[in-house]
Amino acid sequence: MLRPFEEIVAEHGPTVLRVCRAVVGPVDAEDAWSETFLAAMRAYPELPESANVEAWLVTIAHRKAIDITRARARRPIAVAELPEPPTRAGRKDDWDGELWEALRELPDKQRTSVAYHYLAGLPYREIASITGSSEDAARRAAADGIKKLRVSYPPATSTKGATR
Amino acid sequence: MMTSADFNTEDAGDLFAALATDEGEVLARLHDRLAAAAQRDGVLDVGYRTLETPVGTLLLAATEQGLVRVAYPREDHDAVLAKLGKAVSPRILRAPERLDEVCRQLEQYFGGGRTAFELPLDLRLSTGFRRAVLGHLAEIGYGTTESYAQVAVAAGSPKAVRAVGTACATNPLPVVLPCHRVLRSDGTARGYVGGPEARQTLLRLERAA
Repeated sequence: MLRPFEEIVAEHGPTVLRVCRAVVGPVDAEDAWSETFLAAMRAYPELPESANVEAWLVTIAHRKAIDITRARARRPIAVAELPEPPTRAGRKDDWDGELWEALRELPDKQRTSVAYHYLAGLPYREIASITGSSEDAARRAAADGIKKLRVSYPPATSTKGATR
Repeated sequence: MMTSADFNTEDAGDLFAALATDEGEVLARLHDRLAAAAQRDGVLDVGYRTLETPVGTLLLAATEQGLVRVAYPREDHDAVLAKLGKAVSPRILRAPERLDEVCRQLEQYFGGGRTAFELPLDLRLSTGFRRAVLGHLAEIGYGTTESYAQVAVAAGSPKAVRAVGTACATNPLPVVLPCHRVLRSDGTARGYVGGPEARQTLLRLERAA
């Protein structure tokens, strides 16, 4: 029996938000989340009960992210006119400053592989089928992405100091 | 074979902790936006909310046709929603706006200022004779009571007194369809879906108003 969709939103909403933030960034993350869950809700009654709900949601989010990125590429002027997102750049513990700067620099394959593995916890086999690559390629993309992030977005010194 | 590195999210936790910034606040806003979009697109099959009342926290659920379920806490709201998922649709979201009018009328009723409900109802959870009984319940006037036998006659099956009891016990819309006004022929109360105290509270409220 499928659980009420409210429970799906409560359980997976936070992870999908982090994935959307990491993949499409501050301006589009909330639209990506909304479109993902609306599409998921539409299709939900047909979802097999044995399905991995998180992988299903990430698959939808991946498609929505591509749609949003393409729409944005087609409307470069409209994008420039978008209001600035609330910027908290400079505070190390916000995501839409330095972390997003670093994520944005990654090639798409690396950014998505990192997000789907490290944020959604999906195995590389699953990620490969979502991004249309091989399991090995997805694993390499995630490893390369993490390596770059370690350089471009070093952990806050305050956190390190606290653990030492 | 799956290696431990395949599920090693901890080693990057320090990198991504910031992605959870303001998450609760943002998710609350996104939830409301989803409910509104689902309503607009016709995919919100069941919207629900809870309401604090003198008889406890009531769960209120409505389809696009109307109010489909009122549930007392003792019925277990989570279990009621799970059953709605099966009987109606799993496309269920907390969507308070859909219940605005229901809440307004219930608050008037509990305040003593309303003696009848004027709401679209969705009776799909009840069929056959039970539905015929529910149809009659709305005709039992505010502040009055009827016996199970009287209701059986009114519903068209004078001998089905026991079935009237079952219909009342399984009323999907208590309070709004007043099964609390149905008593034994000697005037004493049988079990009530909201518990004996809830029934007494409702009858007292209606006598006082």
